[in-house]
Amino acid sequence: MSFAWAKQYEPQSAFTKWLDEKLPLPRLVYNAVGAGYPVPRNLNYMWNFGVLAGFFLMVQIVTGVVLAMHYAANSEVAFGTVEHIMRNVNYGWMLRYAHANGASFFFIVIYLHIFRGFFYSSYKAPREMIWLLGVVIFLLMMATAFMGYVLPWGQMSFWGAQVITGLFSAIPIVGEPLQVWLLGGFAPDNAALNRFFSLHFLLPFVIAGVVILHIWALHIPGSSNPTGVEVKQESDTVPFHPYYTAKDGFGLGVILIFFTLMVFFLPNALGHPDNYIEANPLSTPALIVPEWYFYPFYAILRAFTGDLTIPFTGIVLIPAKLLGVIAMFGSILVWFILPWLDKSPVRSGHYRPLFRKFFWFGLIPTMAALFYLGGAHAEEPYIMFSQIFTAYYFLHFLVILPIVSQIEVPKPLPFSITEAVTGKDKPAE
Amino acid sequence: MAEMSGATTPAGASEMTEGADGIRRRDWIHIAALSTAGVGGASLLFPLVSQMSPSADVLAQGSTEVDVSAIEAGQAIKTMFRKQPLFVRRLTAEEIDEANAVDISTLRDPQTLAERTKEGHGDMLITMGVCTHLGCVPLGAGEGENRGEYGGYFCPCHGSHYDTAARIRKGPAPLNLVVPEYEFTSDTVVRVG
Repeated sequence: MSFAWAKQYEPQSAFTKWLDEKLPLPRLVYNAVGAGYPVPRNLNYMWNFGVLAGFFLMVQIVTGVVLAMHYAANSEVAFGTVEHIMRNVNYGWMLRYAHANGASFFFIVIYLHIFRGFFYSSYKAPREMIWLLGVVIFLLMMATAFMGYVLPWGQMSFWGAQVITGLFSAIPIVGEPLQVWLLGGFAPDNAALNRFFSLHFLLPFVIAGVVILHIWALHIPGSSNPTGVEVKQESDTVPFHPYYTAKDGFGLGVILIFFTLMVFFLPNALGHPDNYIEANPLSTPALIVPEWYFYPFYAILRAFTGDLTIPFTGIVLIPAKLLGVIAMFGSILVWFILPWLDKSPVRSGHYRPLFRKFFWFGLIPTMAALFYLGGAHAEEPYIMFSQIFTAYYFLHFLVILPIVSQIEVPKPLPFSITEAVTGKDKPAE
Repeated sequence: MAEMSGATTPAGASEMTEGADGIRRRDWIHIAALSTAGVGGASLLFPLVSQMSPSADVLAQGSTEVDVSAIEAGQAIKTMFRKQPLFVRRLTAEEIDEANAVDISTLRDPQTLAERTKEGHGDMLITMGVCTHLGCVPLGAGEGENRGEYGGYFCPCHGSHYDTAARIRKGPAPLNLVVPEYEFTSDTVVRVG
């Protein structure tokens, strides 16, 4: 579906006419990311990150397939094959650094993409399905990134696998058998490494499939925009190509400058030195932390230090370990119900004065703090701050957003996107 | 849409309007941006292709030392050079005579035995054990194996016969068994590669 005024694909040459009848792939591309997709004319640079996320998914798949040609998923030799890639394989150092930093950049652009969605309420009807699929992609990314980090079989790989699969052991009754089943053993070893490699290779293609659904769902209502006012008429849109291919191309150029800067000059800045020590089941590193992009969720996990008990009886309802796990998964699963928590009919944060205050002075500092706390040692005062910010995080989504959306008086919306841009517009005929 | 189609937008006039020569300033931006992206993208192919070439550790396996002192005349050994079989044979006087008796102009890949051995070690025939047809390992280096109609090596895959100097004489192979680069580091030790 598209707007009535969308340009139609018209094959020019005899070959493209022939192809269009047999396999209208150019038509599909034309309608998806070409001149056949009308897009609101007022998108700002926050709308670059979907395309950039797609780009980094491709970077990860290309470099990953290449690395898999040289890597061996065997606990005896895995660590050595990674060093083999770094030292012996032609340009192996570059491909591995591009893959490791590519994961970080994938998460950077995804976080900006998600927070764009928070601020402009991109999750609201009629775009709930796009949002839900996006959360699924994010969960798949987290699983893929975690398993990828295990593959070098360094100290952080090993203890990360131990800790993350240990999360499942918190589940009552089935937890410990489940952890053993996940690992194929009592501790991370060859069986775990092999299955992680297999899934790490598979999941990016699953992500690519869900990305296609995400874009498909996007093309039904069309892109949202910074005013949150839906497209009304042709003057509200411009064709995706050349307007947003050029704008996305510029954004891609900017982020590639930072990406190459990291790959070539600071390749290990986002990693942990401990992962250059081969996995040792007898010695845990002093500070076990995941990759930086998991810090907020790790902080939430560690914030729960006490059991949930019935007051004055000492009866434990939920042990602390399980609470932390529930909170950590819950902190992302809460995004699934976000379209129904925020009931305000106004989308854009620009027209929601109260919502905007809680966004900039509540959610953003909280996420920043959780990012910091997730990488800090598990000691005071960090634990107390983790608890405070974890509490705010859940309050924000579960209490503040629903209340704000009820009591807030939004600012008047422009009549149309055209009016928002040019200051004047006449009602559509 | 009309006001968005560039060419009539007053603010963009200097970039978008055609000059007298029919060239817009923006044409240059298009060419520069797309060429930069094109060259950058294409240059990324280089490492992606190059990574499949032999890695440094594979290239480092480039040389092998062989002690030939224990090989009796008429005997051959099989060893490995760059993960491929290497035949090291000490020829008997009859085999040398037989090889030298051939009129090389009749050969498919004309070479004398002297060209295929080192001076002072004319009885040491060192060749790859890889048939030049499609890469099978010819018979003849092991005790009691079929040495073909010309008394050298015989490739059972497609029936190539090599003579006592390991030169192709009959069958589909195009070239003689390859003599790798090697040198005698002492009277009895050969360094291949």
